[in-house]
Amino acid sequence: MGLMLSFALGPFVWELITALKPEGQLAQLPPLFPARPTAEHFIAVLGAPGFLRVALNSLVVASFTVLLAFVLGVPAAYALAKLNLRGRQVILGTLLCLSMFPAIANVAPLYLLFIRLGVRDSVLAVIVAHSVFALPFALWTLTNFFQEIPDDLYRAGRIDGCSHLGILRHVVLPLAAPGLVSVGLLVFIFSWNEFLYAFTLTATERSRTLPAAIALFAGLHEIPWGEIAAASVLATLPSVLLMLLFQRRIISGLTAGAVKG
Amino acid sequence: MSAAFRERLSRYGLLGPAVLFVGGVALMPVLYTLWLGFRRQLPIFGISRFAGLENYRFLLADARFWNALAHTAYFVLLSVSLELTLGLAIALLLNQSFPGRGLARALVFVPWAVPSVVAARFWEWIYNSDYGVLNYVLGTRVNWLGDPRWALHAAILADVWKTTPFVVLLLLAGLQVIPEDLYRAARIDGAGSWQLFRHITLPLLLPVILLALLFRTMDAARVFDLIFVLTGGGPANQTETLVVYAYKLLYRTLQFGYGSAVAVATFLFVLTLSLAYLRLLGRAWQTHGE
Repeated sequence: MGLMLSFALGPFVWELITALKPEGQLAQLPPLFPARPTAEHFIAVLGAPGFLRVALNSLVVASFTVLLAFVLGVPAAYALAKLNLRGRQVILGTLLCLSMFPAIANVAPLYLLFIRLGVRDSVLAVIVAHSVFALPFALWTLTNFFQEIPDDLYRAGRIDGCSHLGILRHVVLPLAAPGLVSVGLLVFIFSWNEFLYAFTLTATERSRTLPAAIALFAGLHEIPWGEIAAASVLATLPSVLLMLLFQRRIISGLTAGAVKG
Repeated sequence: MSAAFRERLSRYGLLGPAVLFVGGVALMPVLYTLWLGFRRQLPIFGISRFAGLENYRFLLADARFWNALAHTAYFVLLSVSLELTLGLAIALLLNQSFPGRGLARALVFVPWAVPSVVAARFWEWIYNSDYGVLNYVLGTRVNWLGDPRWALHAAILADVWKTTPFVVLLLLAGLQVIPEDLYRAARIDGAGSWQLFRHITLPLLLPVILLALLFRTMDAARVFDLIFVLTGGGPANQTETLVVYAYKLLYRTLQFGYGSAVAVATFLFVLTLSLAYLRLLGRAWQTHGE
């Protein structure tokens, strides 16, 4: 048990210790732990104008990716789950196939398209690119959640003359709220952590996200290990905190997409 | 407006935007990549023409492509089998009841939430040949990421760290739906714990194991972030995987045609592996599923 937890947490804890070491001690082993921990690397990272901008970009991208996945995904998942549509199987099958494509297989066309539209290196481009995987995932998982809502409730709503949007708002959404939270959290974490699209579609701090910035982290003369460690720990905090706080919901989202699918 | 017409309109209204969006930004680009794979497209030389199967013929003779394919296959095989073995052990452990289980579960899942770029940074620092804690603990002076014999294995270990939690999570969900009665009945019949595992847990868990295998294989075959940040494909291309190679063709040398062909080949590789698993999975469901 101890072995398992130290393997799971070790690299994270070691990075945190590194971030707290004074500059002079980074190249020294032993000691493993700094005699006097310092916040200098965190202050340096948070004080750099670029870092906060990039963190803000990450937040905007992840939030709007979630929003877009909901706005487009919720009504469509409702239609797929509750209205016996003819093309249902084809659509679900296509979604599954799309999730098998490596991101590298559609990043080049998006790159060329965004250049032509003049939106490369914009937050918008990254949001659209993240929706490429977020929307199929949300559709697939939400459809699974919505299918669990009893058909009787849906039928009762129809008989009472509710419109589809009415049923969606008054019956489906309240009952599937936990599922929506799961999907929202997962899409947020996926988008927050995503690298390939964010890296190829951005060029400056105007739109760069945290993973892209951390991959590019380089000093003028030597590698700033302490600052890389501090930035890495900070970039990890949101998704790890969400994982720890909403573990139940996240797991149910992942298994709803997988085990029943 | 008739009621039937209005009903149809509202159905299209619900589904339409999502279908159009997925079609436009997910499906169309994939089709365009297929098309680019048949073209010679080198913007720096102003070349853009149809090339038929030229790219694919070149690919078959491209030693660097086969090299990347071999690394990818090795990466998939080793990382996925380690993740599954370790994941199963941890899931069985976490399925027992003991004080502090909730906390242990929460902490074990932490690596899954770490962005893979950040995971690469963690491990890069651990592997550092001069100041790395790994050399310090082992008392060695190995250049883990710079030595062709070690670099790919170092990347595999980092991947195992990052993704085993996902396997644990799926297997744990699978373990929890196995009815406790089965174990009780078997124990009354005098079965030992190995027999319980061998004859109840393993067969009933098999579909979920295969599912975990499918997901992990699909992901491992597309590995990019981790290797790109850890080694960039080096030393001497010894850790270059298919996606890293495709990335370099597309964005370093701007060979959009040939790069797309390599991307398509990567997809075919993932598809072949997935179909093989899906067949196994189908068979497992028939034998053991409800």
